[in-house]
Amino acid sequence: MTPSGAEFVRQIKGQVDEVDPAQVQEVLWDPDTVIVDVRESDEVSAGKLPGAVHVARGFLESRIDGAVGDRDKRVILYCASGNRSALAARTLKEDLGYDRVESMTGGYTLWKDRGYEVDVPRVLTPSQRERYSRHLLINEIGLEGQLKLIDAKVLLIGAGALGSPNSLYLAAAGVGTLGIVDDDVVDLSNLQRQVAHGTSTIGEPKTESVARRLEDLNPEVKVVQHRTRLDASTVLDIFRDYDVIVDGTDNFPTRYLINDAAVRLGKPVVSAAILGFEAQLSVFDTRRDQEHEPGPCYRCLFPEPPPAELAPSCGANGVLGVLPGTAGLLQATEVIKLVVGVGDPLRGRLAMYDALAAEMREVKVRRDPSCPVCSVDPASIPDDELGVFPDYEAFCAAAG
Amino acid sequence: MANIRIPPVLRPSVGGERQVDADGATVREVLDALTTAHEELRGQLFGADGELNRFVNVYLNDEDVRVLGGLDTAVGPADTLQILPAMAGGAR
Repeated sequence: MTPSGAEFVRQIKGQVDEVDPAQVQEVLWDPDTVIVDVRESDEVSAGKLPGAVHVARGFLESRIDGAVGDRDKRVILYCASGNRSALAARTLKEDLGYDRVESMTGGYTLWKDRGYEVDVPRVLTPSQRERYSRHLLINEIGLEGQLKLIDAKVLLIGAGALGSPNSLYLAAAGVGTLGIVDDDVVDLSNLQRQVAHGTSTIGEPKTESVARRLEDLNPEVKVVQHRTRLDASTVLDIFRDYDVIVDGTDNFPTRYLINDAAVRLGKPVVSAAILGFEAQLSVFDTRRDQEHEPGPCYRCLFPEPPPAELAPSCGANGVLGVLPGTAGLLQATEVIKLVVGVGDPLRGRLAMYDALAAEMREVKVRRDPSCPVCSVDPASIPDDELGVFPDYEAFCAAAG
Repeated sequence: MANIRIPPVLRPSVGGERQVDADGATVREVLDALTTAHEELRGQLFGADGELNRFVNVYLNDEDVRVLGGLDTAVGPADTLQILPAMAGGAR
């Protein structure tokens, strides 16, 4: 007479070697032991033994060799209660010829009841998996990259022409925290290019208008409104909480202030400027790490601001409405590359886009060994020297 | 002879041209020829000491002439000079 299912499992358990969780706990990080979780993916995502590799029982025969690597190692299998792992142990032993195979009694349930350490892997919720599915499909992003984006804190200086595309696409990409610094209100003349706002938000603070749009686009993003203009007294406190600074400001004093504070705090700045049909774009990242020498800062590129007659930022200027879209999305792309850690950033390079010519060229930006800001110990830059240079406000005032 | 790329803020000084050609075997000679033809540019590119203003960068192809031989850097007929002043437009 053939046995019942339950009887069959009992028989198998009598034939395989079993090991108590207490003994498994002693060999958790033993290099001679491989602990294999044979449960289904959704069970594993709720928690597993630290260091265990996952090979669902359905893929056991085809994937176990890759997961274990060396058949001479001791292999300990576990499941939820000890039944599936016993069946899997028998397969490894009888069919695949593994020698040192054991099944953990009581499975993950008993392990957890005993209060032993568990490892709860970070996963995306089903709706996140859906929302970010096109990111998950590219190797360079994948789950790991998406989690980095979700953990990232990016600060946008300006919720205007460049800030609009940056905010929309970074929110859509799942950047977890987006800070927005702006003290302006939405004006009808903004809407030709500042697409994060709308006719219905004319007169509202730009931070508020953008926040509402982003809430609709991706409610998972935490939008932090800084309804202020950056100055030397606030810049360090605002920057401290962020990983990447996006500079899309319309004036030189703020650009130098952003640079000086970012160098001091070791934050990368993704910078763009636009005028007419042309854009400039670069990444200023003076951090030093294993892979990179520190890059140049904005003051290495332009040690001094131009005088007022050559600084069109002093007044209102014409710009093709789509140009900040192009430049802002190149910025957003650099932000994502920095956060995820892929590709070659525009570090030490200045890209120039000419919309009329449909041309993109670039020049090298060298670190200035005598740069007044990034060549000195960042901590030694006094607060009252942040963003300071002679009489710039007076220049602009004189230009009217 | 070299091709010089003129940035938007300086174009009014060269009759709106985006690029102009000028003769010269060094960066200084080329820029001298340029500023002789377009006198307005001189004060925008050079300080009273005859050196390039610090707020203007000049690139020979993709390299800042300051890290090459400065104004004495040799310029060949196939070279491009890019004049690049800082730009700030964005938020408003």
